[in-house]
Amino acid sequence: MAEHTIGAHEETRRDFLYVATGAVAAVGAACAVWPLIDQMNPSADVLAISSTEVDLGPVEVGQQITVKWRGKPLFVRHRTEADIEEARAVPLEDLKDPQTDAERVEKPEWLVMVGVCTHLGCVPLADQGDFNGWFCPCHGSHYDTSGRIRRGPAPENLTVPGYAFTDDTTIVVG
Amino acid sequence: MESLLNIGIVRWFDNRLPLLSYTQHHMMDYPAPRNLNYAWNFGSLAGLALVIQIVTGIVLAMHYTPHTEMAFDSVERIMRDVNYGWLIRYIHSNGASFFFIVVYLHVFRGLYYGSYKAPREVLWWIGLVILLCMMGTAFMGYVLPWGQMSFWGATVITNLFSAIPLIGTPIVEWLWGGFSVDNPTLNRFYALHYLLPFVIVGLVVLHLWALHHKKSNNPLGIDYKGPQDFIPFHPYYTIKDAFGVGVFLIVFAAFLFYAPNYMGHPDNYIPADPLKTPAHIVPEWYFLPFYAILRAIPDKLGGVIAMGLSIGILFLLPWLDTSRVRSATFRPVFKWFYLLMLIDMGILGYVGSQPAEGDWIWIGQLATAYYFIHFLVLLPLIGWFERPRPLPDSIAKPVLAAGPVPGVGAAHDKA
Ligand code: HEM
Ligand code: FES
Repeated sequence: MAEHTIGAHEETRRDFLYVATGAVAAVGAACAVWPLIDQMNPSADVLAISSTEVDLGPVEVGQQITVKWRGKPLFVRHRTEADIEEARAVPLEDLKDPQTDAERVEKPEWLVMVGVCTHLGCVPLADQGDFNGWFCPCHGSHYDTSGRIRRGPAPENLTVPGYAFTDDTTIVVG
Repeated sequence: MESLLNIGIVRWFDNRLPLLSYTQHHMMDYPAPRNLNYAWNFGSLAGLALVIQIVTGIVLAMHYTPHTEMAFDSVERIMRDVNYGWLIRYIHSNGASFFFIVVYLHVFRGLYYGSYKAPREVLWWIGLVILLCMMGTAFMGYVLPWGQMSFWGATVITNLFSAIPLIGTPIVEWLWGGFSVDNPTLNRFYALHYLLPFVIVGLVVLHLWALHHKKSNNPLGIDYKGPQDFIPFHPYYTIKDAFGVGVFLIVFAAFLFYAPNYMGHPDNYIPADPLKTPAHIVPEWYFLPFYAILRAIPDKLGGVIAMGLSIGILFLLPWLDTSRVRSATFRPVFKWFYLLMLIDMGILGYVGSQPAEGDWIWIGQLATAYYFIHFLVLLPLIGWFERPRPLPDSIAKPVLAAGPVPGVGAAHDKA
């Protein structure tokens, strides 16, 4: 093969074979790596238990219960009229993550949210902080009576999960 | 060693796999600068700490159960029922702290004597990668006992990745193997906690390879001129290192037997509760300065970036420090700023241990700003404006002038 001489820069069929072989090997390696990466994602059994039913019957006005959902605390709060009024009165321009109270509830008296601070994941404490809602002790985030971030390092409001009322006193979350 | 090689069968083996000659070459004949002071002890001490962690870790692994339902109890069983289990666990948990103490001192030695400068940049980089691996290992090890601090530390630190725009949440769920820190997380952390120390062993080999290729720096920071500047590693530095080991073990034992929980946090003796965060969570002491930097920036992504950069910029240090003179001994201005930087890091560490409120907030922000100003602004400028003191002609001259004993009584000041 004459084109094999050192320093010849002509493109040859051999160059093509090198590149093609390399490309196939790279794609093959990438395909083999994917299962090794994906095995770390939530597995089927973890995904399977990801919806939870909550009975609201026993929760009095002004009371909050915490249930475990997907390994995290879920806050279910039976809000008082005052809580709701206060949440509605806040002008949107005062909010870091603007959302009206109505967007965050199915029924105004029931506030359902993931009890995980949107900063770095601690569980905020109820009935504390400067906005009568929740306070996260880890790095000082204050949430209001609608669970919206008002002060501190957290970037977003407490997450409202997808949920639906199956009857007047039961919700299914997730 | 030499006499061993005279034995026929040993020579036969060494001829086929030169284990003995390599050991002889690197641990005994290695030409070390004759003026090394005690600041050069911390490398061998770090190696010792790594061995201690691996040995006690493997023993703990024989009794530990990596499951959320059983991990805490299995550690308590180690403490109460396993023969000498309390001792082995205390060696491992205090050993992690002492590992960081000696490695930090090792790094500050490098910062003072300019060991990161040419031709040792790659050696410096490998050291920083070792530090990062140690941090990962210690972080994941602290999760294993599955106490309250384990759980919430793991939650807060893994959540740092959620600051990445768009792919942040998928990455965090991938790290967790679920929607929160849970059994899959504990399992993989255990697997990685077992693996990483051996990765560190590999990195240490590269670190020493780079070291022996360009030879050790020394307190004068000047290049070697010839064989008169060296003494063989053995017996001069083997004995000096052995003395250091003795001192290290005394201090280590004092903590081990009289204050084994001094550096730990009592909340980690409460089993993990995913529904309740402790009122005041703090990382282990060796992470405090970085934690303070994280909290100093009032923005989630910004805080994470600043924390990453606080170590990231150290990779650029060989070029940020514009002075050609290595040792601070001959740098009258740098010396003072070195001291200021140490104080600044001390302040950062203290702020990291305090709740993020009141005056601590601005103190932390000021100290964080100074940290970055030191490396990004002051170091380049000092190198330009400072007039270094004249350097000695050779390593051998001041040493030999001080007396006939090689390797001791060097005529220079220490950190
Ligand atoms: C770079 C070296 C290492 C460091 C810095 C390190 C650090 C740590 C730390 C900080 C803990 C938590 C201790 C506590 O609070 O109880 C821990 C626990 C543990 N480590 Fe390591 N470790 C290292 C190497 C190893 C190795 C090689 C193994 C071998 C399997 C191991 C096995 C364990 C086990 C089973 C635990 C749980 C028991 C306990 O909490 O005491 N470690 N490690
Ligand atoms: S985790 Fe809530 S403020 Fe940081």
